[in-house]
Amino acid sequence: MTIRHHRAVGAVAAAGALALALTACGSGSDDPGTAQEVSPQDVAAALEEGGELLVWAWEPTLDQVVEDFEAEYPNVDVELANVGTGNDHYVALQNAIGAGSGVPDVAQVEYYALPQFSIAGSLADLAPFGASELDGTYSPGTWNAVTDGDAVYGLPMDSGPMALFYNAKTFEEAGVEVPATWDEFLEAARAIHEHDENTYILADNGDAGFATSMIWQAGGHPFAVDGTDVTVDLADEGTAKFTELWQQLIDEDLLADVPGWSDEWFQGLGNGEIAALVTGAWMPANLESGAAQASGDWRVAPMPQWTEGANETAENGGSSLAITEASDKKALAYGFLEYANAGDGVATRLAGGNFPATLADLNDEEFLAEEPEYFGGQRINEVLSASATGVVEGWQYLPYQVYANSVFPDTVGQAYTGSTPLADGLAAWQESIVSYGNEQGFTVTE
Amino acid sequence: MTVLASPPAVPQTARRMRRRSRWTGWGFVGPFMAVFALVFLAPIAYSLWLSLFQTQLVGGTSFVGLDNYVRAFNDPQFWSGVGRVTLFLLVQVPVMLGISLLVALALDSGRLYGRDFFRLTIFLPYAVPGVVAALMWGFMYGERFGLVGNFNDLLGWNLPAPLTSSLVLPAIGNIVTWEFVGYNMLIFYSALRVVPASLYEAAEIDGAGPWRVISAIKLPAIRGALVIATIFSIIGSFQLFNEPSILQPLSPNYISTHYTPNLYAYSLSFSGQQYNYSATVAIIMGVLTMLVAYVVQLRGMRKEA
Repeated sequence: MTIRHHRAVGAVAAAGALALALTACGSGSDDPGTAQEVSPQDVAAALEEGGELLVWAWEPTLDQVVEDFEAEYPNVDVELANVGTGNDHYVALQNAIGAGSGVPDVAQVEYYALPQFSIAGSLADLAPFGASELDGTYSPGTWNAVTDGDAVYGLPMDSGPMALFYNAKTFEEAGVEVPATWDEFLEAARAIHEHDENTYILADNGDAGFATSMIWQAGGHPFAVDGTDVTVDLADEGTAKFTELWQQLIDEDLLADVPGWSDEWFQGLGNGEIAALVTGAWMPANLESGAAQASGDWRVAPMPQWTEGANETAENGGSSLAITEASDKKALAYGFLEYANAGDGVATRLAGGNFPATLADLNDEEFLAEEPEYFGGQRINEVLSASATGVVEGWQYLPYQVYANSVFPDTVGQAYTGSTPLADGLAAWQESIVSYGNEQGFTVTE
Repeated sequence: MTVLASPPAVPQTARRMRRRSRWTGWGFVGPFMAVFALVFLAPIAYSLWLSLFQTQLVGGTSFVGLDNYVRAFNDPQFWSGVGRVTLFLLVQVPVMLGISLLVALALDSGRLYGRDFFRLTIFLPYAVPGVVAALMWGFMYGERFGLVGNFNDLLGWNLPAPLTSSLVLPAIGNIVTWEFVGYNMLIFYSALRVVPASLYEAAEIDGAGPWRVISAIKLPAIRGALVIATIFSIIGSFQLFNEPSILQPLSPNYISTHYTPNLYAYSLSFSGQQYNYSATVAIIMGVLTMLVAYVVQLRGMRKEA
C-alpha cells in the first residue's frame, strides 16, 4: 500500500513537470501574425515529397482512410495512434503539448473541446492553408464549431445533429404516440412508465454533453466567449425551458438512473426498458453493436420541439481533426486532413458508419435512400440529415469545457439524485465554472 | 547513525583507516542512495517546488509562495475528502483487522480442518488486482442487472442499491475489506507461528484455557504485527483511490471528483490542469498520513516496551 502512495506522488510530480514545460514553450506559439500563406501547390509538393505523420485519433473508420491515403501517396508514412477516448485523449494531448515532445501532427478533437486547445494556442490556424475556402462544404453547425472569426482550427470529421431514437415496440405496447414536442414527450414519459414500472422513456443521470445540447436547442446561450472574456449565465431563458421540463421528469421519477455507456445502459436499450434516446446522429452504429437484440425495433424521429412544427435542433458530440501548432510538417498534415475530411476519405468513413459533416453527403441521394435493417428499413438518414439543417446558430462552448463537464456530476448531478433542485444544481455548476475560469486567468462574468 | 568522536591519541594510520572505512560504507549504500534520491526524494522535492507556483491557462506560471497551502486549508472540497477517509479509517480498519485477527487465530488454533485450504482461499482476494476487484464488485452491486438486482428479482427482496449516496462508502469499505483481510491475516498468522511452543506448554501446565492463552500469550506476542498492520491500513485508507475511481462512472453523482483526497488530486491535475494545487494537496495528505501513522507507531511501540 505504501507503494501506491509513492507512485501517486511521482505521478503528480511528473504531471507538474509537464505543466512547467508547457509554459516554457508556450511563448513561441501564439504569434499567428507570422503565419504564411501556403498554396495548394505547396501542400501537393509536401505530399509528393512525403515524410512521417503522427495522428492521434480514436475514430475507428480512420484505419481504412490511412491505408488508402498511404496507397495514394506512397512517400507518406502515417502512424495512427489511439491514446484513449475523450478525456483520456485530451489529457495525453495536453501533456504532450506541455512537454513539447511527442506531440502528434494531427489530433482528433471533439467540437466541445476545440476552444480549450485553440485559445491556448496549441492548434494551428488552417486558414492560411486554404481552409477558409471550405466554408459551405460542411453543415453550418459543424463549421461554426471549428471556426473562430477568420481562423479555422480543424476540419469537421463527423457530426451529431440530434434526433429522437425510439423503440417502436415499447411505444406500441404502451400505446404511446411518438412525441413531436417536449410537452408530448413529458406525456409519453408518464404513459410509458405507468404502463410498466421498469420501463423509462430515457436514461439520464446527469450528462453534461446532453444537458448543454438540450439548452442549445432551447435557444439558450449560457456561455459567451470573446477571447479571454467569458460570460456564464446558466439561468437564461433557454436554459430555464430545459430546467423546467427536466425538473418534472426528475420529480416524477420518469428517468432511469442508469449511467450512459454502461453495461446496464446497453442492456436497457436492448431489452426495451429504456424506450428512447435523444442523441446525435452517430448513434445508429452504436445501437447496432451494443443493443443487437432489439434489431428491427428501433426507429428515428425528429427531435421533439419546443414550438410545434418548428425544426430547431442542436449538435451532440462529433469531432474534427486538427493540426497542432507544435507540428513541423503542417503542410503535409493539412494534405492528410483535406484527404480525410474533405476528399476521398469522407466516402470511406461513411461506408464505415460515420455520420457526415459534409453537405454534399448529407444531401446525397444514395445516402438518404439507405434503409438499414436494424431500423426496420426506415430511411433514417432522411430524418438525421433534416436535423442537420435545423441546428440553432450562435452556440458557444467554454474555453475550458472539458474541465467544466468533469465537475458536472458534482454540481448538477446532485439534482438527479433529488437532493437539490435542478436550477440550484446549475447555479452551483456556474459557480465552479466562474471560479475555475478566474483562477485560470480568464475574465469570467456572470 | 552513531558517529564516534575520535579520541585524540589515535595514531595517524588508524585514523586514515577509519576514514577509509567510512567511505567504504558509502560505497555499499551508494547505489541504493542514488536510486533512492532519484525515485523517492527528487519527486517529493519537485512536488514541493511545484506547490509554490501557480500555472494559469491564460497568463502562464507565477511564483505564489504559500498561497496554494492557504487555499488548501480553506478548501471545503479537500477537507470533505479528508473527513470521508477519516470516517472510513475509523470504521473500516477496525472491522477489517478484527476479521483478519479472528481468522488468523482460528487458523493458528489447530482445530480447523483444511487449514491450508482456508489460508489460501482467504488470501486469494489479495492476489486479485485492486482494479479488477473494484470492477467485479461494481458489476455485483448493480441493482438493475447485477447480483443485487438478481437477488431482488429472484427472491422478491428489495435490497437497497449499494451505489447510492448513503451506502456507497460502506460499499467501498466492503470491497477493501474483502481485498485486504487475507493480507493482514497472513501478517498476523506468520507472527503467531513464531511464538515458541514451550509457552503454550507452560500455559497448559498452569491450567490456562484457550481464551486465556489468546489474551495472555498470543495477543501480546503479535502486538508488533498489529501495529504494523494498523499503520499499513491507515496509509491505505488515506490513499483510498482505486475503488472510488473505478466505481465513479457507475455512480458519478455519488462519488464526486473530490470524494477522497487522492481522487481530488487526480481530478485537479488530469481534468483541471491544476498541477501546482494538485501537488499541494498531495503534499498535505502525505504529511497528514505520516503524522497519524507516526503517532500510532509511537503509541503502539511504547506499550510494547
